[in-house]
Amino acid sequence: MNVKIVGRIIGALLLLEAAFMVPPALLCLYDGDTNAAVCFAAAVVVGCLFGGLLLLWARQGQTLFYAQEGFVATGLSWIVMSLVGALPFWFSRAIPSFVDALFEIVSGFTTTGASILSNVEALPRGLLLWRSFSHWLGGMGMLVFLLAVVPIARRGTGANIHLMRAESPGPSVGKLTPKLQGTALILYSMYMLLTVLDVVFLLLGGMPLFDALCTAFGTAGTGGFGIKNDSIAGYSPYLQTVTTVFMLLFGVNFSLYFLLLLRRFKGFFLDEELRLYLGVTFGAIALITFDIRGLFASIGEALHHAAFQVASVITTTGFSTLDFDQWPDLSKGILLVLMCLGACAGSTGGGLKMARVLLLLKGFRRNLRQTLNPRRVQLMRVNGQTIGEDVLDNTNAYLVAYCALVVGSFLLVSFDGFSILTNLSAVIACFNNIGPGFDAVGAAQNYGLYSDFSKLVLTLDMLLGRLEIYPILALFSRHTWNRKL
Amino acid sequence: MKIIIAGDGKVGLALTRQLSMEGHEITAIDSNQQVLESKLQQYDVMSIRGNCATMATLREADVEEAELLIAATSADEINLLCCLTARKMNPNLHTIARVRSPEYLEQMIRMREEYGLSLTVNPELASAQEAYRLLQFPGFLKRETFAKGRVEIVELRVQAGGILENQPLSKLPGVLGCKVLVCTVLRGGQVIIPSGGDVLQKDDHIYVTAPTEVLANLLKKLGIAPKKTRHATLVGGGRLSFYLAQRLLNAGVQVKIIEQDPARCRVLAQNLPKAAIVQADGSSQEVLDSEGIAFTDALVTLTGLDELNVITSMYATTCNVPQIVTKVNRMESTGLLENLDVGSVISPKELCCANIAQYVRAMQNQTGAAITLHRIAGGQVEALEFRVDKDTRFIGQPLKDISLKSSLLIACITRVGRTIIPDGSSHLEPGDTVIVVNGRSSPILQLNDIFA
Repeated sequence: MNVKIVGRIIGALLLLEAAFMVPPALLCLYDGDTNAAVCFAAAVVVGCLFGGLLLLWARQGQTLFYAQEGFVATGLSWIVMSLVGALPFWFSRAIPSFVDALFEIVSGFTTTGASILSNVEALPRGLLLWRSFSHWLGGMGMLVFLLAVVPIARRGTGANIHLMRAESPGPSVGKLTPKLQGTALILYSMYMLLTVLDVVFLLLGGMPLFDALCTAFGTAGTGGFGIKNDSIAGYSPYLQTVTTVFMLLFGVNFSLYFLLLLRRFKGFFLDEELRLYLGVTFGAIALITFDIRGLFASIGEALHHAAFQVASVITTTGFSTLDFDQWPDLSKGILLVLMCLGACAGSTGGGLKMARVLLLLKGFRRNLRQTLNPRRVQLMRVNGQTIGEDVLDNTNAYLVAYCALVVGSFLLVSFDGFSILTNLSAVIACFNNIGPGFDAVGAAQNYGLYSDFSKLVLTLDMLLGRLEIYPILALFSRHTWNRKL
Repeated sequence: MKIIIAGDGKVGLALTRQLSMEGHEITAIDSNQQVLESKLQQYDVMSIRGNCATMATLREADVEEAELLIAATSADEINLLCCLTARKMNPNLHTIARVRSPEYLEQMIRMREEYGLSLTVNPELASAQEAYRLLQFPGFLKRETFAKGRVEIVELRVQAGGILENQPLSKLPGVLGCKVLVCTVLRGGQVIIPSGGDVLQKDDHIYVTAPTEVLANLLKKLGIAPKKTRHATLVGGGRLSFYLAQRLLNAGVQVKIIEQDPARCRVLAQNLPKAAIVQADGSSQEVLDSEGIAFTDALVTLTGLDELNVITSMYATTCNVPQIVTKVNRMESTGLLENLDVGSVISPKELCCANIAQYVRAMQNQTGAAITLHRIAGGQVEALEFRVDKDTRFIGQPLKDISLKSSLLIACITRVGRTIIPDGSSHLEPGDTVIVVNGRSSPILQLNDIFA
């Protein structure tokens, strides 16, 4: 493996991260909180130092770059990025334990939104901004951003697609333009445009600018860090509805928005994944509204909260307008299932992804028919395109790895002695990058109760879930590090 | 006329035979020495071995002096390249290319203009259209369309004990209650161009001229209830099958294709999402039974082997499949098929040859040439459509006063959109189109040739 190119990517990424830490530091200065500002400055220095050293070390190296380098660079850079990103919390003693700080920032970058803090409002505004901003960065991926601005590998070698593949969610990554840099640029432009729109709508509803920015970052990355202890519950119904709509919008495959820009409306509205996503969403909203109608004064209010919660869970955001842990078991069951399904591939959401669910369902239907009618030649199609057997095999393998890791983590976390629902929902909520689970880790609770070991397991789960398993597993493979194998 | 035929497969050979019999000077090009040698013995033609798309070979074939080039090798691209190259060497050359791939279908018209092709022929597409028209009207063994779709010649079989048996032809319009004309009778392989006194016998194949609108009525009178085809099973998954399936699916007919080659099955499944593709040996009875042959409305056998198609169709007859269409490519003129229960027979090769022969005749004879040419009765009889103009002889005279050559018949006259089934008192007017049925071996090149 070409270690130097990996070092160069991580170095560049650290410098970029350091640059992104400057605005929160300035906010601290503006607020007169010099202590926090100094802590940020220290983190910036550490980031620049390590980044600079890595770049210096790797300045003369080969530019060979293949799938293996792509996976390792992605996995390692997310870990290093999180280690540096946790420093401001740790330095400022806002979160005294480094494991907790790491959990918090990984939860931010992976757009999970699970917190160990019981009193969020006590944090300085600079730290709150950094926390929410990490969602926005992690949603589309910092490496994709890097691809959009810096050509990492030599021009025209096609090496960058390995990075994009490793970082982007979904079973297959397609280019929108011939050049990858163009594709990354388009994705980020659309991402920014939608975020700005969200901010504007929130400001129109009378939300303060700081709140609007943080909420929009949390929504865009489908993260879910709130800056209030009660998440979004304190805001007006208008602001909650805006957030509902934008959560759903950010759960849609961004390539589809590109189709809209190209005025290919038919392709957008006939997309099977989008239809499944909307179908599941509206079905779940209807069922939950029916189930919780007795808890609210009017059916409209029930619909409002059901819609918010479904949007929040299916896009794996994790905002809440109330403690849905108090809802009947049917509603909780539906939400638990939605947690695993997740949003569309190519969105900022996590989970198994609708595209995979679609493939798995179609694969199952195909196999069932094949059993009944063995001579029939049956191809699987999505959007009229034939799906190769390899894609289906990969998806099946992914499902197996996904289940195995969830079960394994569940057993490890269970050592702490909480209820089954707590442990299961905690693992599912972290692996699928949602945030709040049920019972002791419910919407009104936090993850502070777990031991450091369990927190590390959950941290790893968040990374595994965000990067879709392989980039992290690649780091643990003998084959990656042994040149001879 | 000097004609170059490039590629001597089945179509090339049939064309060589046909056109050399019509008196043209044929130069045949093929890359296979064996094919050329066997052909040299059979026909009086010149043959050249080589790649027909190269200037050297074309020069050898004397392309500068030729009037027409027909490219019918097995590869579409070579056919196109051959025509292009030849046109560059001789700008006055007429070129006909056989282009069969469904992929090129969309750009066919543009290619024709752009490459200066006089005609492109697609035998499988033409056959698919033919098969589709047959499935539209179950009951007829063959349909040929004239006068822009207003008149048809349909093939029927005289059933033992049916109303047609032992009926003199002059009484037919009364018996059937509609104006139709029997223009050809095929009895035991022998062609009869009938007159009013001839009597029909059982197992005769008769060719009936009728306006399109009376077809349904005709079927009803004959006791063949036209049941709409809702489900069709196609055995064999070649190009013809693909074209036919496309048409059937567009018309809302359910299609099942049985094909043996797994790779071909995948291609079909990819391009025909609505069709059911079955990977199995369609000639096996067990497969046909398990794929529900007893419930299908129509079975079309389209494999590359004539024998297989015939056997499969015969088995389908025993299963009482209402409509059966059999594709043959070599056996069509052997006379074997008439007495077998294989339903309608289509032959891509024959359709293609008829199409090209028609073009050649029109070239030869710019005015008064046949508008359409169809071959019926196993290729033994030609049905030609001509336009009557002021140079036509005997205009205005009743037909009973005009003497035609033997084995010729005027089967239909179309006048200002009206279809006239002619009798002795009918006459010709300029602007009419007439359908002439020719059972003679010598070709009719223009309308005046029919008069004695």
